[in-house]
Amino acid sequence: MTKSADYILDFKAISASDHSRVGGKCASLGDMIQAGVSVPPGFAVTTDAYLAMLDGHGLRLEIERALANVDPDDFDKVDRAAQAIRIRIRSHHLPSGVETAVREAYAAMGSELPVAVRSSATAEDLPDASFAGQQDTYLWVIGADDVVARMRDCWASLYTTRAVAYREKHGIPHAEVLMSVGVQKMVNARAAGVAMTLDPLNGDRSRIVIDASWGLGETVVSGIVTPDHYSVEKVLEQIAERKISDKHVELVPDETRGQAVEREVEAGRRTRPCLTDDEVLAIARLAKQLEKQKKCPQDVEWAIDADLPEGQNLLALQSRPETVWSQKAAANKKKYQTGMMGIVGALLGKTST
Amino acid sequence: MAAKNTMFPSPFDIKAPAGAEGWEEMYPYYLLYQPHQRKEDEEKFWFCNSQHWPVPLRPFDTLMLEHTQKTLGQYNTRHLLIPPANGVECKMINGYVYMAMVPVAPQDIAARAPAFMERAGHYFANWNELLEAWEKKVRATIADLETIHFEKLPDVVPIEWIKAGRGLDNASDLLENFDKAMNLLHRVLQYHFEFLNLGYAAYVDFFGFVKEQFPSIPDQAIAQMVQGVDSILFRPDDELKKLAQRAIDLSVANALKSGDVETALAAVASEPNGAKWLAAWEAAKDPWFNFSTGSGFLSTDKRWIDHLDIPLSYVRSYVERLEAGGAIKRPTEELRSERDRITSEYRGLLDEELQAVFDGKLGLARTVFPYVEDHNFFIEHWSLGVWWRKMRELSRILGEAGFWPDADGMFFVKRTELRDILWDYCNSWATGVGIVGAGIWPDVVERRRKIIDALGTLTPVPALNNPPETITEPFTIMLWGITTESIRKWAGSQDGETGKLSGMAASPGVVEGIARVLRNPDQLDELLQGEILVTPVTAPSWAPVFGRISAAVTDIGGIMSHAAIVCREYGLPAVTGTGYASGQIKTGMRLRVDGNNGTVTVIG
Repeated sequence: MTKSADYILDFKAISASDHSRVGGKCASLGDMIQAGVSVPPGFAVTTDAYLAMLDGHGLRLEIERALANVDPDDFDKVDRAAQAIRIRIRSHHLPSGVETAVREAYAAMGSELPVAVRSSATAEDLPDASFAGQQDTYLWVIGADDVVARMRDCWASLYTTRAVAYREKHGIPHAEVLMSVGVQKMVNARAAGVAMTLDPLNGDRSRIVIDASWGLGETVVSGIVTPDHYSVEKVLEQIAERKISDKHVELVPDETRGQAVEREVEAGRRTRPCLTDDEVLAIARLAKQLEKQKKCPQDVEWAIDADLPEGQNLLALQSRPETVWSQKAAANKKKYQTGMMGIVGALLGKTST
Repeated sequence: MAAKNTMFPSPFDIKAPAGAEGWEEMYPYYLLYQPHQRKEDEEKFWFCNSQHWPVPLRPFDTLMLEHTQKTLGQYNTRHLLIPPANGVECKMINGYVYMAMVPVAPQDIAARAPAFMERAGHYFANWNELLEAWEKKVRATIADLETIHFEKLPDVVPIEWIKAGRGLDNASDLLENFDKAMNLLHRVLQYHFEFLNLGYAAYVDFFGFVKEQFPSIPDQAIAQMVQGVDSILFRPDDELKKLAQRAIDLSVANALKSGDVETALAAVASEPNGAKWLAAWEAAKDPWFNFSTGSGFLSTDKRWIDHLDIPLSYVRSYVERLEAGGAIKRPTEELRSERDRITSEYRGLLDEELQAVFDGKLGLARTVFPYVEDHNFFIEHWSLGVWWRKMRELSRILGEAGFWPDADGMFFVKRTELRDILWDYCNSWATGVGIVGAGIWPDVVERRRKIIDALGTLTPVPALNNPPETITEPFTIMLWGITTESIRKWAGSQDGETGKLSGMAASPGVVEGIARVLRNPDQLDELLQGEILVTPVTAPSWAPVFGRISAAVTDIGGIMSHAAIVCREYGLPAVTGTGYASGQIKTGMRLRVDGNNGTVTVIG
């Protein structure tokens, strides 16, 4: 019998040895924390909980039976089988040990805290992992009942038609892909934006460029505001350029409506920098840390959370590898000479051959 | 200028300031803009080199300019055949020095590469061995210089010489000594350039590579990776710090504070441990007090060893700081670990293949670059220090003979005129008649002194004619901090915008404070704690005052200029190559110096 403590793992407690129990997404959050990068707080519901659910209700056998003679190329049959499995998973109560553990962990985060509930499947070592476990994410989940319900939805999402078809086609045994669920605080961003660990204008890796605006970062990503712009010297950690813009709208959480809403920024705040210089440098260091950890240039989404104390309020939301310049650099590799030939080249104004 | 509409004025349109009319008589014809060369001279771009020549040149001092022009040129053009660069052409206007790079014709550049590789390649391949030999040559030349003495011609030739059948007189020795001094100067200044541009070339190679990998990397960061933290240039200042610490350890600090140099040293001598401290003081003097308060090229530059009040006052101020519980040591450990950190971080941003290139180029640059800093002590400070001391001896003797009333009168005559004066002196001594020049030179010296004073009130225009569209020649950029960008900024500041000046971001940090504008090293005492030093140029021997200031701003100089190097060593923000700062900023103004971005803003 599994102990209830094994069902829940705080993000901060995830270590490398836990990766198989918390799935790809939660494992990467754990890695970021281990590397000294703060992420929105929360916890993983481990695959032990998922397995307890399957075992407690004999679901394992049911799934096997439902998919026993399905032809992976017959879309309709796959679709029907997958739907049946999802309904079965959703129709059961959670094993009481699991449910108690999740409710306690959620309550510990704060009362009725808005959270995101994210799927985190154990298939990240597969080349096309996102298909292997179709990963659903639910935003603005409030209250323990909803958290539990959404968690079950995440489990069920392991059996979307597309995911089942993908596994069938690639001969991946269904029982080997497990689902963990991450429950993570919704960010209440005072300011947010993106940071890129190279200069997108020329690919210069000694720069970190930061775009920032008031509220949640979607306004920056979607381009509905002209953000404040900074360029930071990566190694010396100095702000090299800054351009403060008129940031007319912001996206802020509206808890009563359970979503983010757009609102006008009042006159005095629009043209004020949304970050202090210290915050700019902290964001740069955060991006630098992620680049170092992931060993390639990164495109980082970050936010400064108004609910968290100063010094702990800068959060990394997502970090993706930068691709444009990295590919260009690989394609345009130049040959350089050293020693005398290098010096002659430099004097003739030719740095590479 | 009106007709041609150039960015900077033509040298032929610049007038002498009031009281300086006729300044041209002080300089040799080949250093003046000549009407018959007007056409070609107006086609060239000239920049004012106030980094090495910050004040109007006294006539005699021009010989340093002549020698460096020749010896720099000979190495680029005749020894090493540097592919894109010959020498530097020099001219003077109103006492200030203007330089134009002498390019190699584009079609000849590639053809010079094989010879350059053979010649320079030999130096790079045998660097340490050749450098060791170089130091021996320089030390031998200094020893040779020390043997020269100029003495007043006696009433009679010594009886011993008569009895030994020498057959020569004292005037003969005087003239030979003079020729010897001139030959040794020529020699020293050839040695000066033997390795210098090779050092810069390796630096330029690394610099260009790093800039290509990281187009926005600050120049100062590249300098920091190459620059040593143990340059011999910091040794004199370190010696003073050691003496200060020792004065406290030996309980002679109070004695050291009494009165002038003589009084203080006597007071120390009477302390129980005084002899020990005095021995340390004597040991430090040679060679470390052969340190100039200026570039070392001028007759006005003072050497510590000739003006012991200067090092003593620095020792005293270090003692005070130690007694107040302050730290005076350069943070060499921190500097070294910061240099290692940034080097490994930039390197870490490159892939493996590029890391190997980075290592190769940085390795060579680090091997050869120390020379770029260290030669300055051996040549400008030490060798030239000895040479100028000999010249002061000669000037005093000739003054006493009646050629001029003041001891420094000789520096107001031209090198070529001095040959005649020496002959006049020797001839009148031999014949027993009066010196002809005694009725001529006192007036000339007096007139020229006034002209120099009048010229000294002027801030020279930073450049002449039109600049080339882009400046790519690496030495121009590296040695003089002249880039397409900096020229554009000079032109901008000329238009009279006084609130903000731009220059090279030479040493990082941002500071606000009160400006102190100094036009020559004699004013160094005026600097108050925490002030921002604003000056045409600094010399490494100003190091002790860097403990007092909060930032430095200079008119000219790149990121490898003296001020930049010293500021980085002392962790002070610096903006160099502003073109105009010492002319536009007034003492007492409140400034914001941004050494990260190379800007100086007047904020009050």
